[in-house]
Amino acid sequence: MIHSLFLINCSGDIFLEKHWKSVVSQSVCDYFFEAQEKAIDVENVPPVISTPLHYLISIYRDKIFFVSVIQTEVPPLFVIEFLHRVADTFQDYFGECSETAIKDNVVIVYELLEEMLDNGFPLATESNILKELIKPPTILRSVVNSITGSSNVGDTLPTGQLSNIPWRRAGVKYTNNEAYFDVIEEIDAIIDKSGSTVFAEIQGVIDSCIKLSGMPDLSLSFMNPRLLDDVSFHPCIRFKRWESERVLSFIPPDGNFRLISYRVSSQNLVAIPVYVKHLISFKENSSSGRFDVTIGPKQNMGKTVEGVVMTVHMPKAVLNMNLTATQGSYTFDPVTKVLAWDVGKITPQKLPNLKGIVNLQSGAPKPEENPSLNIQFKIQQLAISGLKVNRLDMYGEKYKPFKGVKYITKAGKFQVRT
Amino acid sequence: MAASPAYGEEKGGSSSLGEPEYGHDPASGGIFASDYKRHDDLKEMLDSNKDSLKLEAMKRIVAMIAWGKNASDLFPAVVKNVACKNIEVKKLVYVYLVRYAEEQQDLALLSISTFQRGLKDPNQLIRASALRVLSSIRVPIIVPIMMLAIKEAASDMSPYVRKTAAHAIPKLYSLDSDQKDQLIEVIEKLLADKTTLVAGSVVMAFEEVCPERIDLIHKNYRKLCNLLIDVEEWGQVVIINMLTRYARTQFLSPNQNESLLEESAEKAFYGSEEEDTKDAKAEAASLAKRKPYVMDPDHRLLLRNTKPLLQSRNAAVVMAVAQLYFHLAPKAEVGVIAKALVRLLRSHSEVQYVVLQNVATMSIKRRGMFEPYLKSFYIRSTDPTQIKILKLEVLTNLANETNISTILREFQTYIRSMDKDFVAATIQAIGRCATNIGKVRDTCLNGLVQLLSNRDELVVAESVVVIKKLLQMQPAQHSEIIKHMAKLTDNIQVPMARASILWLIGEYCEHVPKIAPDVLRKMAKSFTNEEDIVKLQVINLAAKLYLTNSKQSKLLTQYVLNLAKYDQNYDIRDRARFIRQLIVPTEKSGALNKYAKKLFLAQKPAPILESSFKDRDHFQLGSLSHLLNAKAVGYQELPDWPDEAPDPSVRNVEVPEWTKCTSREKRKDKVEKPFYSDSEGESGPTESADSEPESDSEESGSSSSSGTSSSSSEEQSEDKEGEEEEEEKRKKKKEKGGPRKASPRSVGSEEEEEAEGKKVKKAAGPQGKKGHAETSSEEASASESSSSGSDSGTEAPTVVEAKRRKVIPSSKAGPKEISLLDLDDFTPPPPQPVPSSSIISTSLVTDLEGLTLTDTSLAPALLSPAFGAVRTYELLHRMAGEGLSVEYCFSRRPFPGDPHMVAVQIQISNNTDAEVKSLRVSEPKLLAGMRIQEFPEIESLAPGDTASVVMGIDFCDSTQAANFQLCTHTRHFYVSIQPPVGELMAPVFMSENEFRKEQGKLTGMSEITEKLTLPEKCRSDHAIVQQVTSAANVGRVPCGADNEYRFAAKTVTSGSLVLITLEWREGAAAQLTVNSEKMVIGTMLVKDIIQALAQ
Repeated sequence: MIHSLFLINCSGDIFLEKHWKSVVSQSVCDYFFEAQEKAIDVENVPPVISTPLHYLISIYRDKIFFVSVIQTEVPPLFVIEFLHRVADTFQDYFGECSETAIKDNVVIVYELLEEMLDNGFPLATESNILKELIKPPTILRSVVNSITGSSNVGDTLPTGQLSNIPWRRAGVKYTNNEAYFDVIEEIDAIIDKSGSTVFAEIQGVIDSCIKLSGMPDLSLSFMNPRLLDDVSFHPCIRFKRWESERVLSFIPPDGNFRLISYRVSSQNLVAIPVYVKHLISFKENSSSGRFDVTIGPKQNMGKTVEGVVMTVHMPKAVLNMNLTATQGSYTFDPVTKVLAWDVGKITPQKLPNLKGIVNLQSGAPKPEENPSLNIQFKIQQLAISGLKVNRLDMYGEKYKPFKGVKYITKAGKFQVRT
Repeated sequence: MAASPAYGEEKGGSSSLGEPEYGHDPASGGIFASDYKRHDDLKEMLDSNKDSLKLEAMKRIVAMIAWGKNASDLFPAVVKNVACKNIEVKKLVYVYLVRYAEEQQDLALLSISTFQRGLKDPNQLIRASALRVLSSIRVPIIVPIMMLAIKEAASDMSPYVRKTAAHAIPKLYSLDSDQKDQLIEVIEKLLADKTTLVAGSVVMAFEEVCPERIDLIHKNYRKLCNLLIDVEEWGQVVIINMLTRYARTQFLSPNQNESLLEESAEKAFYGSEEEDTKDAKAEAASLAKRKPYVMDPDHRLLLRNTKPLLQSRNAAVVMAVAQLYFHLAPKAEVGVIAKALVRLLRSHSEVQYVVLQNVATMSIKRRGMFEPYLKSFYIRSTDPTQIKILKLEVLTNLANETNISTILREFQTYIRSMDKDFVAATIQAIGRCATNIGKVRDTCLNGLVQLLSNRDELVVAESVVVIKKLLQMQPAQHSEIIKHMAKLTDNIQVPMARASILWLIGEYCEHVPKIAPDVLRKMAKSFTNEEDIVKLQVINLAAKLYLTNSKQSKLLTQYVLNLAKYDQNYDIRDRARFIRQLIVPTEKSGALNKYAKKLFLAQKPAPILESSFKDRDHFQLGSLSHLLNAKAVGYQELPDWPDEAPDPSVRNVEVPEWTKCTSREKRKDKVEKPFYSDSEGESGPTESADSEPESDSEESGSSSSSGTSSSSSEEQSEDKEGEEEEEEKRKKKKEKGGPRKASPRSVGSEEEEEAEGKKVKKAAGPQGKKGHAETSSEEASASESSSSGSDSGTEAPTVVEAKRRKVIPSSKAGPKEISLLDLDDFTPPPPQPVPSSSIISTSLVTDLEGLTLTDTSLAPALLSPAFGAVRTYELLHRMAGEGLSVEYCFSRRPFPGDPHMVAVQIQISNNTDAEVKSLRVSEPKLLAGMRIQEFPEIESLAPGDTASVVMGIDFCDSTQAANFQLCTHTRHFYVSIQPPVGELMAPVFMSENEFRKEQGKLTGMSEITEKLTLPEKCRSDHAIVQQVTSAANVGRVPCGADNEYRFAAKTVTSGSLVLITLEWREGAAAQLTVNSEKMVIGTMLVKDIIQALAQ
């Protein structure tokens, strides 16, 4: 299936190659570079490129292109999903998935890739199994290793691979047994010029951090499970129980993982927590324009809207911006033409406002479109859909765990058209 | 960068070695170091006897490989370390070896013996990794070794090793495709494996080696469907894709009937694509011939079992299920996939890209499916262009009369985007909407005309192109719009737009005969001030008018051409000269003049506005080929539905009694046992092959009511199996009816059978009449209970139980019955003193318990668990064993000598002509903790003789199979015994109070509760007790309540309690609770008991 993998950085250097079958020459990447050049923007590099002998399937993550070489028919999503899983694993192991991190840990990377694929077919992709096979590097361990000459490779062989619960390793022990659940909801919305909602939807995830000894069997129930319209599960969840009782019953993996992601049914009206008043105009033939944006809270259920950031991709003709912000600070990058305004917390008494003059290139025609405003915000202790965890029960172990649930609402792809 | 850490690391390493080493450092770390030198250094480190140095060296070498640098000259130095004790060094050496073995084949052979040794290691993970590396070394010489290793690993008792074997198959195949036939054998064997670990990998191997051998799937189809949800995610993708293809060859199209109705309705609404009409026509024709369609239950099974996977977190799995539904599900059901696909749009942009491509194709065929999610395809300014364009495609496909106004409003926003490629695509999309939906055509045209004044040339050009296309399609309305556009020439200043309008007027000048010359007049006036492209179009217009309407435009044309002749731009001068020669007849102008009209006013074909995704669905969705819209290497064509369904009975699998049930529907749910995968037990495929196609479809439809529709031909094709079953039931009833002396006997061989046939028939009475004469089933029915043919003369009536079911006697525990049964010359295991007296007493008491509660008229032999119908399993088939057939059963007696072992009674029959000598067990391969107490070696077994022995196995309370070899003086047979979970325990007696107390301790996690419905025949006390005790070796616990049944047992190895409570509620409803600290056992037990009760 997957023949080879090349990691390429933004400047076009191949800094790692791995072959699972016979060796494929680096020159195959030339087709990729060609496509990359054509695409202008990194985001527009086609994920699938056909070359005379091979197919290249690539993903772009954290400024690295993961380019895989394929020789025969394979579902492209299979490869894409796997490459993302590789990137996730690097992230998990090294804390970041960057060129330096990979170069610094090239041996571990190689060992990981070796375990993750056999003859191009995924073998072990569960991070718990991998961590038993190859221990992630820590500062302490690298010090110890350099002194004792011991290694990162686990000397006990993992049993998880053989069990029915491959996501959990055996013999987990903690002194403090804790289970935390973060209910994170994101509002995706498109607001049109006049302020009415074109499209709004709530997407949520429950991220868990479970540090429980032994083999706990958890069940998590909600006050209002009917809210969840479309759910995707971590493999640990027993689908049958969800179908029949709407209870999440599972033996959790150890550590951090995403339990479920869900979409709230579209029947429910989405409460939009902020509104934006905007006035952006460019004068004909005068090489300047006005920019005036105010953000205010709306239907926030008594919670403060914080972490507000507005980013705007200004038209190419914009040369510079002279603005004054009543709150927070703004930056304008004249190269990428991105205006970013870090507002912070919104207090209803004094609404944050950003106002000023836009300088255009002289002679350039007036931009036809006003730029869209992308808004980010955060509301703590609130799940905007109203989803509430009812209770968490643990079976199978005797101790009493510490349980915690946190709610947070964020802006997802929240866009205001102007 | 590789140099600097290496430098540092080496320092660390060398400091331990001493000063001399240190001296090398500057050279090796420096930029001027020659490769030669550095490698020397590495070689030295590899040769040292310190693991830490070796490790450093290997790390540096692996870093070199990762960089793509050549490290092949180190091969000899590295390969020496293949047997290194240090596990990390070893691993890195493997990495190196796999990379370079191909280039240094001779040297690579040095390492082979290490792996061969590894293949024999008692640790399964080491065996697996040895096989993995061995099979990854691409050296053709070792093909035979690999083949051997794969074959051996395929029958390894560890599923993990078997999985690795499956992975090795395609590797070997790519190395040497001549091995195909042998590999297919291995694949066939592994396909029968029932562990989830193996399933995905073997199907992957199947797809790479022999995707055309669809016949290998038949027997495993139901198993694969049932296992699917538990297979790891990557395996799921492969299996689902394969099953899609399989289903296309084996089942009938579920849409053959509805499609006609639906599509015509759809057409009426939207006036949809012509393709539908084609389909409808074809289907109408075929419909006339066809009977009403009923879905094959196996088809339904696939759809049902894949549906939950739409909830997977893995996008590839979701996509695989989506394509399966798209290609296989009835139209009405395809809708479920939309929601899941829309969810994937939140994922990474690459995932979005692929998903949108597939959604685009689907939305052409099944528009209704995505309509509710229209807004999810709205475009954000931050989307990458390629995503925007795909979303636009989907939006366009979804447009219909009801939502077009919303969509057009969206499009208006998009048109003002900064991304000009996207704007161009939007204009195209508007054009397509306008052609598809007549209502909005004018609105769209007007909107597009306005766009002609856009400043951006791309937008203008695109608009003109689209307008032009629209105009070409509806000639009737030409003049109005062209007139309108002619007026625009006064206002529009964008040269591109002016040029485009002039082209249009020229092209359709005969539709606007009055205006065209006037436009030319105006243009002639301003000619000198126009942009170059406009000038060119003015010349074109003039030429066209001259040809059609020379009277009015002759002078104007002359004027324009004269102006152009002196233009500054040479292109224009050139064009003017060219046109003058062409259109104005002179003496010199040659033959071309005659054709001028044809040249200029040729009919230009109307461009077709249709989706580029239109016919893509002939590629399997989700495939690479679909994405590229070209056949990729190794793409397996998705076959068309067959006109008539192939024989569905090929998927039938012989299942033991406890999983058998009369209704096909239920039967197919059962997971088959690999023991019975031999074809011998199959119902003859001939029966249904004879039956007419109609009966086929009817049969498949009758799944829910198989018993009732006796009038249809279904009954016939229901296999003899079914009849036999009925027969048996009757028989059983009879047995129950009057106390009979049921004495088991076996038919050792065919000759024997013949000799005794009469007796059998006499004895068995009417029930012997029916087709048990089928030799195959006869042979199979040879049971372990009778030791030889010598007892055939006994008075005891013989009951030949069909196939592998057998009433076997027990010499213990049942005080009265023994005497009857003992008439057999049964050779029980040497009567051993029972180690724990409690066991015997408990089983006794529980038996009595059972007796008191059940109908006394029933034969006691059937009542107590210890004497219930004990199933026998085949250990070695007569064919595989070259005449030696071996069967086993769980006698449910404590194993003498070791209370932690499960007693397995083994019945060996010698069907050969020769004596078999020194039969024994050897080389058991067991999971950690498992133990085997072998039976004493059988010195010899005469031809036709049967021997019965008992061996003990400590399964460690797991259902993992015990693998061992059965050796004769000539041969070795690999066999394995896998216990049903119910056999891993022994009955315990306890009082009601004790039971309650113990149950109280085993709540929460240890308690598994399942609801079930009791079928008609399982609603008596007797039936329930019997079914439960036959499914598991448990003892009855008295209970005060009327409708509650309690059973207790202890697992054999660890002695953990297993408590079973069955509460019978109103009507058929019942609830089963199992309490056991062994969760796995509890879960499996619940499953087994429910299965037993559901029969």
